[in-house]
Amino acid sequence: MSDPPPAPLLTLRGIGKSFLGVRVLDGVDLEVAPGEVHAVVGENGAGKSTLMKIVSGGYAPDGGTVEFAGASRTFRGPRDAQRAGIGIIHQEFNLLPERTVAENVYLGHEPVRRGLVDRRAMLDRTTRLLASIGETTLPADARVGQLGVAQQQVVEIAKALALDARLLIMDEPTAALADHEVELLYGLVRRLQERGIGLLYVSHRLAEVFDLSGRITVLKDGRRVTTVDTTDTTADELVRHMVGRELSSYYPDRAAPEDRGPVRLNLRDAGNQKLRDVNLQLRAGEVLGIGGLQGSGRSALARAIFGVSPFTTGDVTLDDRPVRLRSPRTAMRAGIAYVTEDRKGEGIVARQSVLDNALLASRAVFAVRSGRTARTARVRELLAAVEVRGAGDDQEIRFLSGGNQQKVVLARWLALDPRILLFDEPTRGIDVGAKSAIHDLVRRLAREGAAVLMISSDLPELLGMSDRIVVMRDGRVAGELPAGATEEEVVALAVGTAREAAQ
Amino acid sequence: MSALSLLPARRPVPGVFVALTLALAIGWLVVLLDGGQLFNQSTTVSLLHVAAGLGLVAVGQTLVILGGSLDLSVAYVISLSTLVAAETMNGSDGAILPAIGLALAVSAGIGLFNGLLVTKLRVNAFIATLGVGLLLKGYLDNGYDGPAGTTAPSLVQSLGYQRVGPVPVSFLLLVAVTAAVWFALTRTRFGHHLVAVGGDPEVARLSGVRNDRVLVTAHVLCSMCAGLAGIYLASRLGSGAPRVGTEGLYDLESIAAVVIGGTALAGGRGGVIGTVGGVLLLASIDAIFNQLEVDAFFKQVIRGAIIIAAVAVYARRAMRKAAA
Repeated sequence: MSDPPPAPLLTLRGIGKSFLGVRVLDGVDLEVAPGEVHAVVGENGAGKSTLMKIVSGGYAPDGGTVEFAGASRTFRGPRDAQRAGIGIIHQEFNLLPERTVAENVYLGHEPVRRGLVDRRAMLDRTTRLLASIGETTLPADARVGQLGVAQQQVVEIAKALALDARLLIMDEPTAALADHEVELLYGLVRRLQERGIGLLYVSHRLAEVFDLSGRITVLKDGRRVTTVDTTDTTADELVRHMVGRELSSYYPDRAAPEDRGPVRLNLRDAGNQKLRDVNLQLRAGEVLGIGGLQGSGRSALARAIFGVSPFTTGDVTLDDRPVRLRSPRTAMRAGIAYVTEDRKGEGIVARQSVLDNALLASRAVFAVRSGRTARTARVRELLAAVEVRGAGDDQEIRFLSGGNQQKVVLARWLALDPRILLFDEPTRGIDVGAKSAIHDLVRRLAREGAAVLMISSDLPELLGMSDRIVVMRDGRVAGELPAGATEEEVVALAVGTAREAAQ
Repeated sequence: MSALSLLPARRPVPGVFVALTLALAIGWLVVLLDGGQLFNQSTTVSLLHVAAGLGLVAVGQTLVILGGSLDLSVAYVISLSTLVAAETMNGSDGAILPAIGLALAVSAGIGLFNGLLVTKLRVNAFIATLGVGLLLKGYLDNGYDGPAGTTAPSLVQSLGYQRVGPVPVSFLLLVAVTAAVWFALTRTRFGHHLVAVGGDPEVARLSGVRNDRVLVTAHVLCSMCAGLAGIYLASRLGSGAPRVGTEGLYDLESIAAVVIGGTALAGGRGGVIGTVGGVLLLASIDAIFNQLEVDAFFKQVIRGAIIIAAVAVYARRAMRKAAA
């Protein structure tokens, strides 16, 4: 006699969601059974986070139904979902560092006796809760700010369990953990499973997906590609499901071998808090693409080169001369420009004019008086050359479209005649037309002899633009790929399934 | 598991009490060399009177600051409260209770208004309470040229001047209010929620805390503390005084006392015991300088330096904690 399969704890049917007319989720189905670990994988931007936010009440879906514990639900907010028994462990912990473990676990529903908070009961219950998930060494009255990341994660889980969560969502739970802590998490996940708690496990790291999950759902571009039993699939197959778009748009021609000049920037065993043993050469005339997942050290690399959080170990040479790039200012004076990922936060001064924004770097680096008029004239020319549209130079930059803002940022750096350009997600949030204009510009700069390093999460862009691709993983260089590499190769290096022979 | 995590959550004695002891020791010595005596009956009594007035305000201020807010209107609430109390009593002992009730009710109303501005209209607390303070200033400046009303004689005798040994009744009132607020912060849901809201409003909200309600309550309690300080000052002065709050700099001094006491200006960390330490420190320095007959302006300079030093010390500590 075989048991019938248990009724699913969570059933999603046809979930859809759009933001500002952009479809980020489209008809997604998903089921989680009690005691099951269901992994959700996909590239950056595949829609995983949005889906998790819908399950946990953060967003309302535009279409489809959410069924939880046998009833159809519409959550009005995260609290609503929590009450129903769905907990979410974010990458960023929702804990108060100044309060104790027990105070955090019972925040919002402190046990009360005769109108007063019963601290004894709070501590006892927390201790028991922690013990029930195998954590016996963590004192319930320790201040959370003193705990390590792994222990804070335990506190988060205890907090969800204190609310009787029956479904737990874990969003990249190992991203912040050290290797030995990952083992502890594995044990924790298994104990949660034994208690019949369903887990939705979102992760980039295929190794742990295979270690932990019973089923895997692959998302791509907001759609569900497939759901498979973990035992029936392989890492290679998953990667194939995760990628595989066509290179539809047009990209400018790559550099011919004779265009590639000497090595401009050379990193040897360079590292800092977020990077380890990075060896990298950047040549004049080339576009070097940097691939990898979020948090893999791509941006950290650009920020280290530009002196925002400088390298602390290893050697950096610029045109064969050793340099120490300790601050953005020294980097700028050495001829390096950096177009940041966070345009709104770090790229533009929203309430200043287009012209002021374009002059920002020149004004900072050059003495105030020297050749002011000439410089202004030069910047006006550059603004015209990059074809900033829809505004005069005196318009506040916040009224421009993202693409035009990005062009102004470019003009700002071109005014310094940089020899090395670092682009971090240069076309994120930019419409198609402006995108190809920026691609052309990037290529033209390389052709004129600049050395370009370009970080991009947009795989077609990365493959279409780069003369070489270096893929980062966990703060290290995971491997290098030549022009003409496939998306599978990039993703395989980024998630770590590829044999390291790819180097 | 690191040994660090085994440290108990109870924080050690706030540094402010170390500073207080030091200040009193040095002050005692300096006054002695000057040929005086710091700890005689009259200086102790006046020190504790100063502490009582400022302390009542600062204890209330602690609540709103812990919750991540601020109240700049307290000085005007104090002035208004002295007037409401004194005018309602009008010299009659029979009207004491209604007068106190009315003064506290008016204060609570202002606190409610502050709280609603901060939570419902999302006006920055600095601006909202400054604006409410200016509204009150307008009313006070327009309606009063000088003292008005008469405090009931028996209240003047009791709250204003009565002592138990060297300890004024008003200071005992401060001790009682402090104990009540300490109890509320550590043993009630309101207290736990308030500290959570100040620590991280988003975490609090996602944990089911009704942030707005908690913050409004804190503002009401803060204003009532200021109102109580006003009643005390009315019993001290014998009448309502339309400028007593601003002339005593109760707004900025109360905030200074809270910060010196180790409560984070951004909220989420600290407590009312430290605040009382801060109040005693400020009052002691006052007493020492009075004994030495130091120039009033120089006194201000020293107080400013102490406030800056205190904040710098806490900032360094926070940095070291972050680095650890």
